[in-house]
Amino acid sequence: MSAGNGELERLAAVGNSTLGLAYEEPLLFERSRPGRTGYALPPLDVPEVDPAESLGEGAVRDDLPGLPELSEVEVVRHFTRLSTWNAAVDLGLYPLGSCTMKYNPKLNEQMARLPGFAGAHPLQDDAESQGALSLVHRLESWLAEVSGMDRVSLQPAAGAQGELAGIMMVRAYHERRGDRRSKVLVPDSAHGTNPASAALNGYEVVTVAAGEDGILHPEAVEAAMGEDVAALMVTNPSTLGLFEEHIARICEIVHAKGGLVYLDGANLNALLGAARPGDMGVDVMHFNLHKTFSTPHGGGGPGAGPVGVKEVLAPHLPIPVVREGDDGQLAWSDDLPHSIGRLHGSHGNFGMFVRAYAYVRSLGPDGLRRCAEMAVLNANYLLARLRGHYHVPYDRPVMHECILSDRGLAGEVSTLDVAKRLIDYGYHPPTIYFPLVVHGALMIEPTESESLEGLDRFADAMLAIEAEAREDPERVRSAPHHTRLSRLDETQAARKPILRWEPEEA
Amino acid sequence: MRYIPHTADDVRRMLETIGVDEVEDLFACIPEKLRLGRPLALPAAASEAEVAAELGELAERTTQTRDARRGGGWFLGGGAYAHFVPSVVDAIASRSEFATAYTPYQPEFSQGTLQTIFEWQTMMSGLTGLEVSNASMYDGASSVAEAALMAMRVTRRQRVLVSAALHPTWRQVLETYLDGLGAEIDTLPRGADGRTTPPADAIRDDHACVILQQPNFLGCVEDLASAATAAHERGALLVTGVAEALSLALLRPPGELGADVVCGEAQSFGVPLSYGGPHLGFLATSTRHVRQMPGRLVGQTVDTRGRRGFVLTLSTREQHIRRERATSNICTNQGLCLLMATVYLALHGRVGLAELARQNHAKAEYAKARVRETPGVALPFDAPSFNEFVIGVEGSAGEALARARRAGLMGGLDLARHAPELGPAVLVCTTELSQREAIDRLVACLAGAES
Repeated sequence: MSAGNGELERLAAVGNSTLGLAYEEPLLFERSRPGRTGYALPPLDVPEVDPAESLGEGAVRDDLPGLPELSEVEVVRHFTRLSTWNAAVDLGLYPLGSCTMKYNPKLNEQMARLPGFAGAHPLQDDAESQGALSLVHRLESWLAEVSGMDRVSLQPAAGAQGELAGIMMVRAYHERRGDRRSKVLVPDSAHGTNPASAALNGYEVVTVAAGEDGILHPEAVEAAMGEDVAALMVTNPSTLGLFEEHIARICEIVHAKGGLVYLDGANLNALLGAARPGDMGVDVMHFNLHKTFSTPHGGGGPGAGPVGVKEVLAPHLPIPVVREGDDGQLAWSDDLPHSIGRLHGSHGNFGMFVRAYAYVRSLGPDGLRRCAEMAVLNANYLLARLRGHYHVPYDRPVMHECILSDRGLAGEVSTLDVAKRLIDYGYHPPTIYFPLVVHGALMIEPTESESLEGLDRFADAMLAIEAEAREDPERVRSAPHHTRLSRLDETQAARKPILRWEPEEA
Repeated sequence: MRYIPHTADDVRRMLETIGVDEVEDLFACIPEKLRLGRPLALPAAASEAEVAAELGELAERTTQTRDARRGGGWFLGGGAYAHFVPSVVDAIASRSEFATAYTPYQPEFSQGTLQTIFEWQTMMSGLTGLEVSNASMYDGASSVAEAALMAMRVTRRQRVLVSAALHPTWRQVLETYLDGLGAEIDTLPRGADGRTTPPADAIRDDHACVILQQPNFLGCVEDLASAATAAHERGALLVTGVAEALSLALLRPPGELGADVVCGEAQSFGVPLSYGGPHLGFLATSTRHVRQMPGRLVGQTVDTRGRRGFVLTLSTREQHIRRERATSNICTNQGLCLLMATVYLALHGRVGLAELARQNHAKAEYAKARVRETPGVALPFDAPSFNEFVIGVEGSAGEALARARRAGLMGGLDLARHAPELGPAVLVCTTELSQREAIDRLVACLAGAES
């Protein structure tokens, strides 16, 4: 910003505060003017009805407070302007660790919008849904092959619901055998959704610590494992970006005491075509179609969190399941007596299944394998470039992501400061302060979508920030400087919550 | 591979920097016996044109009766509604800046998403009549389940009372969610008029909440005010699940009538049917209960220079902070569907949404009037309805719907499976797209006429 003599202030004071291409935009409600409309309804071809008569006095509302009045062009400009305030994968590297922010192919979007799919009603007859049912059936079998599991249900709406479904199946399995178990083991590096999903099943969560080297050791699992433990929930590769080398032995230990092993598939991207959870001894897992299979993250969903199981858990899969009849026709069936029940009002986030289908077909077995290889290559490359400048808590070869920390940074610069300063360099920050086992963690997952030059530029920015911490720490600690807004006060937001707009009192 | 930029030379240079010889060396951490050692048995990669052709064929083998929609003759609802979606909605939702972002953890780089959520929260607060709306749930079904869990936390009770006219799959999802916590579910029977308003003695002192759907699954408008009074007398909350969110634009807001939690499905606000998902769950409550609420919330704050901005807030309720003691395990929700609905609500606005709701209602009232004057069909319930209601038919509902299909109409939902006690009956829904001429033909077909 080089304008002098109050130029910025003068420009901002006139017009709508927008400077060049840096757009300002008020709330919808502040733009609203009585009498504007952004819709056109067909003329009513039946008699008007007085709702007070048809519904009864007192049953009808007087007004719609909180809704604005705007023309179509204003609505379009409003949201288009808001969109310019977001970072996004299509604008650049978005290295949010454990979120796998890979490129979301445009073909997938177009396919999900085909009228046959987008217009299909969930309650229409199966006979009229054979195309959609085939898609579900095929994608289930492909995910089973990718993971080495025997059966897959696509139903859960997101990873956390997949975890919930998985632990419900674990519980159903034990209960059916008359085996009351009360605990679930969760490593200390796990996503928060793991313990939360276990708790929703009434299980007590027992934390298992990883070893000095960051991975889970058989001895630790052995010590915690008992006949009151229903399952171990393990993320592999872990949130530290490390492959759990002892996974096969750990599964044996859990199985020996009658427990089951749940795998959080958030980081499956690193394993595509290279190794399969089902071959490691895992009994149940979830997939994140919005991570591994390229469906867009949408600013916080919608995702899809299919579950895969070994045959032993197949009787407990959520209903409905897709079955093929003798005539080759596919149908939804609720006939699964030991099912955990239903988790979704319909069949799950079908629009995401279409996208994932298109992705698997576009890549094929070689392309999927290539994704894993290049994702792992990219993470190790970044680690190689940043090692020696940032503290590396577990310095060993990583898989899809690498973890750094703020330990030893000059000028009392923290992880949060590095994250905010990265924004000035045009990068969405990595996941920060997670996993909890690393103090001040920076969790960087570049994915396979980034080119060598792109990674180099990001690494250069990280190195520049490390140098700034030594030379001009205040510049880092007060970042970001080049955004529309400077650092936002999250404490105030929580202390005095303002959760909706209200008109100012006259 | 067009989605991956690496050239052979890039890979070589990167391996050199890392200090290994081959990409395979990077996988050395995977024990040999766990490596797959063969290509995945999947169909070989296909070109963009081939994939488009294959999916085009699958799409064409879905919804053959969508012709019915073209003629305004689509009467199937039952929790997913065929409303018109203005072109602006998908144009905005297709913007990469929204679609390819994630949860707005970094507010300075995510203000577009955050302000949109704040606007959604404001509009849903107005529509539900409650102070706080969250940033979406998965769908209507899970929103009701989460509301029940919330009521159990607020009241510290382990039993819920559920309307017999709650959407059947929503009921199933509720059962699935509550099963793990050992909670009991009691059912509130349906009265002859189609409502499930609780008699005062139906609610026990250990009920955490009464759950009513509004309008209920059979289309009947429940008496929420008396349900709220009855629930509150016993210290229970009133949870109201809404499947047709457009009804909120015509009916008195449930919050105003005493509902403590209003949740449900907002697919009607511009989200495609998409064979049942992704749709848009919502959940709203009063400020009193906000700390027991599931899901994400966006709040207003200021930056270091005092300028207004928005951030995710009250996160100490959530799983990434509270872990096993969180109010819910939900993380990723339905963000992009929330954007679609926010755009839809902004376009229709205060006047348009009310007019749209009145149109939907007027079409249904017209259809009901036709049913009343037509022999062979009947209206089993006296309770008022919004845009969906039950028509009793003679013989078999399946046969009646087949007659409608032969006439190019999607006639509605056969209730044989969901409410067999009604005898042959069809759940019929009208929207702004239903045409008078198609309504006339539908009533005739259901009454026995062949086209």
